[in-house]
Parts: sequence; structure tokens; C-alpha cells
Amino acid sequence: MASKYELSKIEVWDGNMAASHALRQAQIDVVAAYPITPSTPIVQNYGKFLSDGYIDGEFVMVESEHAAMSACVGAAAAGGRVATATSSQGFALMIEVMYQASGMRVPIVLNLVNRALAAPLNVNGDHSDMYLSRDCGWINLCTYNPQEAYDFNLMAFRISEDMRVRIPTIVNQDGFICSHTAQNVQPLSDDEAYAFVGEYKTKNALLDFSKPATYGAQTEEDWHFEHKAQLHHDLMNSVGVIEEVFEEFAKLTGRKYSLVESYDMSDAEVAIVALGTTVESARVAAKSAREKGIRAGVVSIRSLRPFPYKQVAEALQNCKAVAMLDRSLPAGAMGMLFNEVGVALLQNAQNKAILSNYIYGLGGRDMTQEALLNIYHELNENAKAGKLTHETQQFVGLRGKKMAFN
Amino acid sequence: MKGWNEFEIGSVLFPLNEDGMKAQEKMPQERSYTENSSRSASVAHWRVQKPVHNVEHCINCFFCWVYCPDASILAKDEKMSGVDYVHCKGCGVCVSVCPTNPKSLLMFDEVEEEKDALKKWPQKETK
Repeated sequence: MASKYELSKIEVWDGNMAASHALRQAQIDVVAAYPITPSTPIVQNYGKFLSDGYIDGEFVMVESEHAAMSACVGAAAAGGRVATATSSQGFALMIEVMYQASGMRVPIVLNLVNRALAAPLNVNGDHSDMYLSRDCGWINLCTYNPQEAYDFNLMAFRISEDMRVRIPTIVNQDGFICSHTAQNVQPLSDDEAYAFVGEYKTKNALLDFSKPATYGAQTEEDWHFEHKAQLHHDLMNSVGVIEEVFEEFAKLTGRKYSLVESYDMSDAEVAIVALGTTVESARVAAKSAREKGIRAGVVSIRSLRPFPYKQVAEALQNCKAVAMLDRSLPAGAMGMLFNEVGVALLQNAQNKAILSNYIYGLGGRDMTQEALLNIYHELNENAKAGKLTHETQQFVGLRGKKMAFN
Repeated sequence: MKGWNEFEIGSVLFPLNEDGMKAQEKMPQERSYTENSSRSASVAHWRVQKPVHNVEHCINCFFCWVYCPDASILAKDEKMSGVDYVHCKGCGVCVSVCPTNPKSLLMFDEVEEEKDALKKWPQKETK
């Protein structure tokens, strides 16, 4: 029996420590991991908790991230609660198995501590790995600070393991800016947290010998489409369960999350749409912009997948100008948020807002208040002019000649 | 034909029609398999050539039985008793590991009748 961990009402944790404690409290059966910066402390702390007697489960050290996710798939198919953590190149190596996990519908929780992808090699935070995960069939949740990294880990097990969902789930947090920045975090007690997450319920467990099951069957043009479409259907419908879990978590903690978060949006004319720690920076900038007479707001997304298509449009429907901030190299296209939020607005909103796209912060380049305020000024100019006053896609904080497209 | 909404999630298949614990107590051929069990599914159409067993030369060493990747060598009462042509994919491993002279398993065209194949069997090779 694992020892209980005595926690204070308020702990000073960075995002990694917050995630480690949430994993510990969920009483996971198997964690298989291959540590990589900046997610290393998640499994490092977890290993220490295990050595100190706070965890009953197995910790499997493997030879690569591909093996880590493979072991997770095996353990989850066998019928255990499973989680891991990774970043960047490690995530890229997991990608093949990510599709196996979602295709086999095994509810694994993956902490993805967002970091740039090489080359050039870089250990700092951007959203390249998060963007790489978009189409792999997992639920994809976004957090902006250590408290949320903790909260969303607990909720991720509930969402992922729900019998109406059974889809593996990623919890994103920004490398270093969130993962290594200590802030006040209000944890639940071990008992409260476990009561919320609940006992693991198995489905088609390989270790259930009374009902033998085959995982990993092959289908060609005959049935492949049906199985993949079924995954998409259940991912789209997981929205309902995610909202239920948000609701229940709010009742327990008072912390209420939404698929789309709106900050100062009730009368906003211009808005920034962002992900990760930039959301909080943009909120600070929005406040300053309002002091300068710009009716500024911030809209951000909690579930990148399932994508809150209608909700994000609703949040932005009264805006005159909207900027989508993408922290990942679009590599020959407009940014993902621009494309996805833009189309959601085009299809669902009455007003035709003026849309723009900013690429920023690659490889951990700071997004400054000055840069964010400048974006609000440009949005304000667009709103006043009723049209774009600059190119659609601009690069922020880039050294050298100004880069802009379309 | 089934639709996407009629499949078990995760493309999971169930090979048995009965309780797995009870099935374990029975011989494989007495268990009740579903159509999703590879026991019921034929892969004969993968095969271009088939191995033919010649009982005249066979010494029942079971090399073929050990090496067959699809457990398609049939044995009865400790004797080699032919090939399971429902699961054999015609890889020819059994032929290559057969130690007798001449070989007791040889590859023939898929459409060749067994009795005709046996008539064409080669003589013992002199070394």
C-alpha cells in the first residue's frame, strides 16, 4: 500500500512537479518513460516518489521514446492505468505508436512538455511538438500554468478512461516557461484526488482470460476507413464528456475551465487567439491595451482536439479584428490556429472579422509585452480601417529583414 | 455488411465464442471459434506454391513442425501427417529444413494434384 503524501494547501510547484504529483495521486499501474528535456523532471520526480514508497505501480525504464509509448500501449491493452511524459524529439519518435494507441483506443495519458523540434537543436519551448500531435487521434488538452498542468492531468484520466470516450489524451504545457517556473499551486489531498480520478475500469483487457481479445488487427481498403471514422466520431463526441468533467472538477475545486476561455471578451473589438503561456501574457497586454483605449480581449483553446469549432467562433463573433498567434513554424502555409479558427469564424459568425496571423516565439524566443501590445495596435488599426493594414502573416521578434506573407 | 458504428472500438477482435477459461481446458479443435479467429480465416489464397509431404521418406524428425512460422505442419500420434493448407502461406521453410534424402517435403505448383506430385518425386541424390 502506497504511503500518503502530506501536502500543504498551497504548494510552490513548477509545471513538472505539479504533473508528477497528479500522476502519483492517480495511482497509475504502469509508467514507461524515457526522460527528455524539458519533461525530464516529471518522470524523475515520479521515480523518486516510487522509491520513497508513495507509489505502488510499475515504472518501466525503456531504451527510447518509441519503446516508452509501445510499453504504454501494451500495458494499457493489458488492462492498466497508464501514463508517460515526453517532449520534442522524444515525441517525434513516439509518433508512430501514438497512432497505434488511438487506433486501439487505449486510454493513456501523455504529458507533452512543449519544445522546439530540431534542426537546429533547441531545448526551449515552442509548440512544434503540439502541432505535430494534431492528427494522431488523441484528445489534446492545453494548459497555461502549473496549476492547470496539475488540474488537467487529473481530469485527463477521467476524460480518457470514460467508457463513452476511451481515447488517449495529451496534456500540453509550455517547456520551461511553465514546466520550470515555480508558482503557487493548490493541490487536492491524495484521497480527494483519487476519489475524483476514480478506480480504473478495464475494457477488453488482454489479461482477462475469460474473454480473449486480439489487438492490432490488420484492415485494408475493406474496413480501415470504418475504424478510423469511428475514432473521429468518438473524438468529436468526447466534447460532452470533457465538459462534464470540467463541471465536476469546478464543483470540487472552484476552478472552472471551458473548451474555449475568454478574457475580457464581453465588449472586445479586437482579440488575440493563442495557446500556452502566451495566453497569460496576452491577458496582461490586453489590460494595458484597454488603458490606451483599445477594447482588447484574449480567446484561448483548452482542447485543441476535439477542436471547439462552434465555441471558438461564438467567443469571437463580435470582434472586428482577430489575430491568431502560432508558436510553430507553419513551413509553407498559414499558421494552424489561423487556418482552423479562421474557418470556424467564416462558417459560424455573422460578422466578417479581419483576420491576421503572427508567427512567434520559436525555439523559446520571448514573446514580450511590447510585441503583444503592438499586435493589439495593429488589430485596432485594422478594425478602424475595416481592412488589413499589413500582410496577413507576420513574424514577430525575428531578427533581420521583416518577414511577412499574403 | 457492417457499418463503422457496428464495430467494437479499437478494432479489437474476439477469437472465441465461449468463455476463454473453459476453452483452455479443451483441445484446440474442440473450441468454439468466431469468424474473427485466424483459426477460421483461410490464407490459402496467399500461396503460389504449396509444400507436398511424402510419407515414404519422412523420418518424423519434426524440423518442419518446429520451423513452420504458421504452425501449419500437422502431426498425429507423434507422426507427421501432412500440411494445413488453410493456414500454410507457401513460404517453403519446411522444405529447406527437411534433412532427408530425397526430401520428404517439396514445393509444387498450387494446382498440382497430390498424387501427381508424388509420382514426380526425385530419387535419392548421390553425394
